[in-house]
Amino acid sequence: MKTITKLWILVAMLVMLAPIGIILPELLKAKTAWGEWGPDELKRSAGYIPRGLEKLSSLWHAPMPDYVFKGWEDKGLPDLSFAYIVSAIAGIGVTILVVIGIGKFLAGKGD
Amino acid sequence: MHIPDGYLSPQTGGLFYIVMLPVWAAAAKIVKKTLAARQVPYLAFGAAFVFVIMMFNVPMPGGTTGHAVGGTLVAILVGPWAAAIAITVALAVQAFLFGDGGITALGANSFNMAFVLPFVGYYSYKLISFKSAKDSVRRASAGAIGAFLGITAAALLAGIEFGIQPLLYRSDNGRPLYCPYGLEIAIPAMLFEHLILFSWVEAVATFLVIRYLQREDPL
Repeated sequence: MKTITKLWILVAMLVMLAPIGIILPELLKAKTAWGEWGPDELKRSAGYIPRGLEKLSSLWHAPMPDYVFKGWEDKGLPDLSFAYIVSAIAGIGVTILVVIGIGKFLAGKGD
Repeated sequence: MHIPDGYLSPQTGGLFYIVMLPVWAAAAKIVKKTLAARQVPYLAFGAAFVFVIMMFNVPMPGGTTGHAVGGTLVAILVGPWAAAIAITVALAVQAFLFGDGGITALGANSFNMAFVLPFVGYYSYKLISFKSAKDSVRRASAGAIGAFLGITAAALLAGIEFGIQPLLYRSDNGRPLYCPYGLEIAIPAMLFEHLILFSWVEAVATFLVIRYLQREDPL
């Protein structure tokens, strides 16, 4: 098997294991990453919402915020894990397409 | 550490976009000259790899979460300039599609994770692995140390970018407009978490993948 194939298998395995990234924090009751708090969380810890932050934080509405389907935010871990894997696949798919596009544009003709 | 929208002033955000423009341009130029068509799959792998690695949120018990990046590994595989492109693409997709990292902060996040991280990592690796055998533990360790240094440098920069905001940007009533925590809070927070945990995760993951590749195919 070619090395690059093995590397893609590694990526596929990581995708299947990705829900660890939401299960572990839940299990260990970890809070949001430092500096990634939303306006409400910040109001609770700092006592106020900085005005610039409040305005900019709603600048962009991502189609799948935080890697879950819209409306699925309050679902249980099994559902969230499923959404997380779908997000990983979708995200990697788009990423690969963009990189291949850039690669075709930049790389030499043939080799 | 993906800085969200709102934590950095538009001026700071804009500044880092401007700083990154020549980096991206140079990367495009250099990669155009050196990247063979058959290496594009490795570039795509690199971008996919860092994308999925960044989804593994690692908790500090009772504390916050963080993540590895894998950027130094990608730099070792395809060179730091190609890694800069690959990581930027992953960060952009994360920001636009998933709201992971702000749009205004994409320049800064790219500077930290797509530029400083792979370059510090790669050149540290080159230095430490100098003259070592391609399949040696020393070479893999060099990659691990490079990765550790790269991600820690990126974390430090993020801490600085956060921490100078209240110094520079306050409203008329004296309150910070963006990140409310100053350097004395932001830098220790970022450095501590990474030095204690996340930089180690990055280093170990890098070491393991390099060892795996050394067995399969000399780097």
